[in-house]
Amino acid sequence: MSKMTLKTEGDTHVVVTRRFAAPPQAVYRAHTEPELIQKWLLGPPGWTMPVCIGDARPGGKIRYEWADGKGGGFYLTGEYLELEPYRRIVHVERMYLPDPTPDNHVETRFDADGDGTLMTMRMTLPDAQTRAAMLASGMEHGMEASYVRLEGMI
Amino acid sequence: MTLDLNAAFAALADPTRRAILARLAQGEATVMELAQPFEMTQPAVSQHLKVLEEAGLISRRVDGTRRPRRLAKAGIEAMDQWLAMVREALERDYDRLDGVLAEMEPKKEGETQ
Repeated sequence: MSKMTLKTEGDTHVVVTRRFAAPPQAVYRAHTEPELIQKWLLGPPGWTMPVCIGDARPGGKIRYEWADGKGGGFYLTGEYLELEPYRRIVHVERMYLPDPTPDNHVETRFDADGDGTLMTMRMTLPDAQTRAAMLASGMEHGMEASYVRLEGMI
Repeated sequence: MTLDLNAAFAALADPTRRAILARLAQGEATVMELAQPFEMTQPAVSQHLKVLEEAGLISRRVDGTRRPRRLAKAGIEAMDQWLAMVREALERDYDRLDGVLAEMEPKKEGETQ
């Protein structure tokens, strides 16, 4: 059973949904409190997140750094735009590979779903080319939430 | 031809090219056969086919004077595998988050972050 869905929408969006067996408050906190984020947002086996800075208020800065344990890694910076506690987060982020990627505008919603939470993360890229590049750059780092639902397409 | 994933994703960014791939998934087709349902000129279709071919997603076969295009199995499979890997990395993150959530204590009233 796959609890996660991941699909493209229009030319510039990528939408991820996932159900969690915890209330929206907990899932929201796990997305905004650095000491919690650092425990799970790690990507492929062997990677760690040595730096996780996030100031969860409008205008607050984000900086995440990942390391592959072999001397390699990359980082991401961003800013929080809107926060509705336990319901919704809007932020922008860009990866440095090492040049910065165009801004990825991300809206993450946390909706009560029975005893749990339905999370919906909607990414908006500036244009179709940028989305394509983001999907392709994920290959090197295996980290960026990205995909085309190819099975529905071909 | 080796698959260039950057080129492959750039090729997929165009809705017409995705539709062409969907058509070729049902079987090979010539430029003329592809131009008809898409109501496009043959040069326009040829241009899209060139992008797809250079990305390693389709190949052409010689059949007399015909040059039918078909999906390039290796390219499509390589892309599928990569997408599966990205999806797995994301699913692994969320599986880890399940564990983090299970360990969290409900926040006390009035407590600040």
